Amino acid sequence: MSDALVTLEDVVRTFDVSPPWLDRVLERQPRALLRAVDGVTLSIARGETLGLVGESGCGKSTLARVIVGLYAPTEGRVIFDGVVIGGDGAGAAAAQRAARRGMQMIFQDPYASLNPRWRVADIVAEPVRALAPDTPREAIDARVAALLAQVGLAPADGVKYPHQFSGGQRQRISIARALSTQPRFLICDEPTSALDVSVQAQVLNLMRDLQQRMGLTYLFISHNLAVVHHIADRVGVMYLGRIVEIAPKQRLFARPRHPYTRMLLDAVPDLAMTGVSRVAVAGDVPNPLAPPPGCTFHPRCPWANDRCRHEVPLLMPLAGERPGGAAVACHAVEEGRLDGARAASAT
Amino acid sequence: MHAEPLLAVDRLRVEFPTRHGTLIAVHDVSFDIAEGEVLGVVGESGAGKSITGAAVIGLIDPPGRIAGGEIRLSGRRIDNLPYDAMRKLRGREIGAVFQDPLTSLNPLYTIGRQLTETIRTHLPMTAGAAQARAVSLLEEVGITAAARRFDQYPHQFSGGMRQRVVIALALAAQPKLIIADEPTTALDVSIQAQIIELIKRLARDHGTAVMLVTHDMGVIAETADRVAVMYAGRIVELGPVADVIHRPAHPYTAGLMGSIPSIKAERDRLTQIDGAMPRLRAVPSGCAFHPRCPLAIERCRVERPNLEDVGATRAACWRPAR
Repeated sequence: MSDALVTLEDVVRTFDVSPPWLDRVLERQPRALLRAVDGVTLSIARGETLGLVGESGCGKSTLARVIVGLYAPTEGRVIFDGVVIGGDGAGAAAAQRAARRGMQMIFQDPYASLNPRWRVADIVAEPVRALAPDTPREAIDARVAALLAQVGLAPADGVKYPHQFSGGQRQRISIARALSTQPRFLICDEPTSALDVSVQAQVLNLMRDLQQRMGLTYLFISHNLAVVHHIADRVGVMYLGRIVEIAPKQRLFARPRHPYTRMLLDAVPDLAMTGVSRVAVAGDVPNPLAPPPGCTFHPRCPWANDRCRHEVPLLMPLAGERPGGAAVACHAVEEGRLDGARAASAT
Repeated sequence: MHAEPLLAVDRLRVEFPTRHGTLIAVHDVSFDIAEGEVLGVVGESGAGKSITGAAVIGLIDPPGRIAGGEIRLSGRRIDNLPYDAMRKLRGREIGAVFQDPLTSLNPLYTIGRQLTETIRTHLPMTAGAAQARAVSLLEEVGITAAARRFDQYPHQFSGGMRQRVVIALALAAQPKLIIADEPTTALDVSIQAQIIELIKRLARDHGTAVMLVTHDMGVIAETADRVAVMYAGRIVELGPVADVIHRPAHPYTAGLMGSIPSIKAERDRLTQIDGAMPRLRAVPSGCAFHPRCPLAIERCRVERPNLEDVGATRAACWRPAR
């Protein structure tokens, strides 16, 4: 796709979680490798919001950190705006750095991600000072004032410290800081999870306004499906390091295909569900150090058969979809075993 | 209410004396819970919902104190009990489930030991009988291979399983009332759904009354029979869950519901309540919500509304939606 701003090709990130060398030798234990991200391929178009959902430990935050460059990919590559910025064939360091200027990250905890000893104006100006150190002071001051106004704070708030602000206001400061280098791409890792719902609504509305005004592209990571449903254009569902389903939002929420997506959507408590009883899903996310063979979801999947227990399903475009559209990694969907079963499971 | 409700809270007031004056965290809060009923208590951070739960179970940290009102359990007053009597009551008649299952369990003892100890503290049972009861409790809360897991330590359980163990602990002495403070907040959605189901089943099958404190309206919608919405230390709306959620009378409730994204509805913008919950040190005059309220009139600024019947719910508002 030519309009893709960010492209991931088969990105793998493993962590060495082996016991110390001496213990390993004495107790004859093998090395332990955790595949936090296990072969993710996706692309994000300009101006689009890609939502990424999944339960804790599924690798969504690791993936965000690989994209932004906080972790190097173990395999595969990350391409941003035509420049390979991570993995095989990455360009010169200077070119990578220049490309990275176009992306910024917003973190979950607005209490931990702002330096309590710095004034807000310095916090917001820091990325500019770091990435463009020769910017004149007056220009920085004017930029900070404009940024604070843009996120709904007063320019005079710049002289205050983070503790003088509420959680929602702090997250606005984080957003102002992320916008200070005029990025085109924002990676938001659970940006509203620490906030109360009324404040979450303020931040989500602000993010949508900024996107429309500045043509931003978002990767929006959350465990909250309702929030992703609200903000995303396209949604990817992750399970144990892999994307199991990716589809345009309306499509995914109206007709989920993968059994895990169906299970997640059925499990979300919703205001519309007063007095409705439902069958709860069984089971837990397996230990990522020893994932089940074949499809990693098979122990919890009501439609699993022998093939699912042995063969890893690949992310395949659905029948009649152009490449890059809706795709699912499930043998049962591919074989058409599932659509008849949907009616049976719903009763 | 014809019969005496299981739990009756009447004009409860909780104060925290500080250097800058006394803060009133819970202000004139009254509600009751019947046997087998799940009462949801919702509100944003700082609304006073957790303090209300802590007051019922007698766990308010000093210098905080209950400064007024009454709490009655099965007709007996429990807010003024001496420390030891309250200790006996806790666990025996009121169980508690807190947000973080890891800090509610002792990491040094096996699950089985913690359960049997709790059972034997409250019930006259032999070690063998207590162990049998512990295993059946674990089975009841949905832990498979309970007999084998009995001898495992908390770190060997996943988050959802730990929360089940905590619920089993709360049930150990068959209390009549369970205070559940954000029981699903630390859990993933699929596990959360399992715990919600479990809480509902307990209320239905055992007649246990549940006070469910949470900020998650989705959880309340599916679990509670009635809901109390708290704002700045007071209940602003109280009523059956469907009415409060779908036909709220108080503008705060309406704003709160509108600000929650849903997977069932397509909306361009969420309703936005500007501003934030006031600090306890500076609660506005009149109706505490008036600075954020789109409908506020002069009267709201000077005169505080009381909870009044408004259609199917009770709301504290001068300009309710019905």
